[in-house]
Amino acid sequence: MKFNSKPKSLLVALAIALLLLPFVTDALLGRGWVRIADFAMLYIMLALGLNIVVGLAGLLDLGYIAFFAVGAYCYALTGSPHLALAFPSLLPSGVHLPFWIVLPLAALVAGGFGVLLGAPTLRLRGDYLAIVTLGFGEIIRIFLNNLNAPLNLTNGPQGISRIDPIKVADVSLNTSQEIFGIALPSVHLYFYLFLAFTALVIFISQRLEKSRIGRAWMAIREDEVAASAMGINTRNLKLLAFAMGAMFGGISGTLFAGFQGFVSPESFSLIESIMVLCMVVLGGMGNIAGVILGGVLLALLPEILRHGVVPLQQALFGKTIVDPESLRMLLFGGALIAMMLYRPAGLWPSRVRRRELDTDEAT
Amino acid sequence: MNNALPLLQLSSIGKQFGGLSALSDVSLHIRRGEIYGLIGPNGAGKTTLFNVITGLYQPSAGEFQFDGKRYQACKPHVLAQAGIARTFQNIRLFANLTALENVMIGRHLRSHAGVFGALLRNLATRNEERAIARRAHELLHYVGIEKPGQTLAKHLSYGEQRRLEIARALATDPLLLALDEPAAGMNATETESLKALLQTIRASGITVLLIEHDVKLIMGLCDRVAVLDYGKKIAEGVPEQVRNDAAVITAYLGAEAT
Repeated sequence: MKFNSKPKSLLVALAIALLLLPFVTDALLGRGWVRIADFAMLYIMLALGLNIVVGLAGLLDLGYIAFFAVGAYCYALTGSPHLALAFPSLLPSGVHLPFWIVLPLAALVAGGFGVLLGAPTLRLRGDYLAIVTLGFGEIIRIFLNNLNAPLNLTNGPQGISRIDPIKVADVSLNTSQEIFGIALPSVHLYFYLFLAFTALVIFISQRLEKSRIGRAWMAIREDEVAASAMGINTRNLKLLAFAMGAMFGGISGTLFAGFQGFVSPESFSLIESIMVLCMVVLGGMGNIAGVILGGVLLALLPEILRHGVVPLQQALFGKTIVDPESLRMLLFGGALIAMMLYRPAGLWPSRVRRRELDTDEAT
Repeated sequence: MNNALPLLQLSSIGKQFGGLSALSDVSLHIRRGEIYGLIGPNGAGKTTLFNVITGLYQPSAGEFQFDGKRYQACKPHVLAQAGIARTFQNIRLFANLTALENVMIGRHLRSHAGVFGALLRNLATRNEERAIARRAHELLHYVGIEKPGQTLAKHLSYGEQRRLEIARALATDPLLLALDEPAAGMNATETESLKALLQTIRASGITVLLIEHDVKLIMGLCDRVAVLDYGKKIAEGVPEQVRNDAAVITAYLGAEAT
């Protein structure tokens, strides 16, 4: 899908709706839901990053959340008092680099980790690649979990807290602000920040997809040998895909650390990688709009269950019979199976995938 | 470049797969502007030689010169850059991309836009994209695919897919176009129009290397022919001469039990 082929008025309407969204949500559902929307955007950024690796270049990555972790810990370490524990004499108050300096650095570090993962796996494809990337994701998490001794770098499972809030033009986003007489609580401020970053990530994804680089990625996805014979340097382009995807993950992770003020390894478990992959697959691999839809749905689903199922059960049976967390997995599994049966190309498939499936039945 | 020099010169190429010697001591040269045929019984090593020339396999022995430069153990994309383009025996198109995109991907190595070009989409990138698309349209027309460029490659007919592979290879601006059994599975009409296409391509100055089972096509089209058998070159020359070569007749029909 192409945003700029749509009528301009629709785009403007969408922008206004998104700008008003936190206020409407706040009024109708409560402030907690604005926070949920903030998290949903972090997931969308992750899903769009993974879409480059999986959807365009066709490299199945099951450890993608590691790059989110790298970004988050980059800011956690350089924007909190934590390093004072490791180097008390050298850094008595920790490191407090400004967020806007850490962000590009974190993106680069995450991109570097992407290359680090990509380089040894260049010859692997499909399920073999999936196994190695899965291992990579776990290695990063286990490192973060254990790097609290002998030198306390990551504070282990307790995680790092008291991370500096993100500041925009010297205004901390952690406190309510008043602009033109409109009171903007902290979650609203983060909403607009994340909205801007999501828009940027969407823009970059679109530009990449419709470019010489994007075509080369798709060629590799379709047939690596033929791509190579047509003069595509498959090694460099695969590394580029890993690096670009990882950078999006790193950016999202840095935002997460600043927003949350706290990071710990348990946010970066395998199930998170799988969730992000499911957003890509459920929404429609290779289609930006589909991936966004998948991200929104899967980020909201657990919250809807948490806020809907427990009160419903209380009202019906007077107690909670099924835990919303287990129900989430049940529904999730059911939805995936139903999707594979009825919409195998995703909820909003890319034009190519759709045509591909249409005619597989005809031939 | 000196035009008297052969375009491609193989010297004592050998290729071992474990204990199996698929090619041994194969030397041949292809002159600029000719159509050169490579024939031989099944398993003679034609495709292996082809894969060595296009960088898919690394030769175990020997080296080759292409356009005056020596190449040894090169990746396919390096040889594509040097000017060797190929098609595959079992069609290997980017099946889920459109016909136009397939040809556009062939332009990859003759265009430059990187990540920043893609993000900024500046004038240079836009012009390049337009030029790529224009050339791709031209090539589709050139090989005779009249279906819309937006047709998925896999929805083209068999003959069209073969032609699309040729268009994609031509998009790389090759000096040498290497075709691995382009007429396989084609009917007589399709073969005839393929023959015409190959003659047009040669007339445009591109040298053609052809592996083929259809001996009639080879004999009617090629300037010179080499015959491989059990990984060795057993004959080389103009079609007439090769056709009457005793070793070739033995290879194809078996030796008389005398």
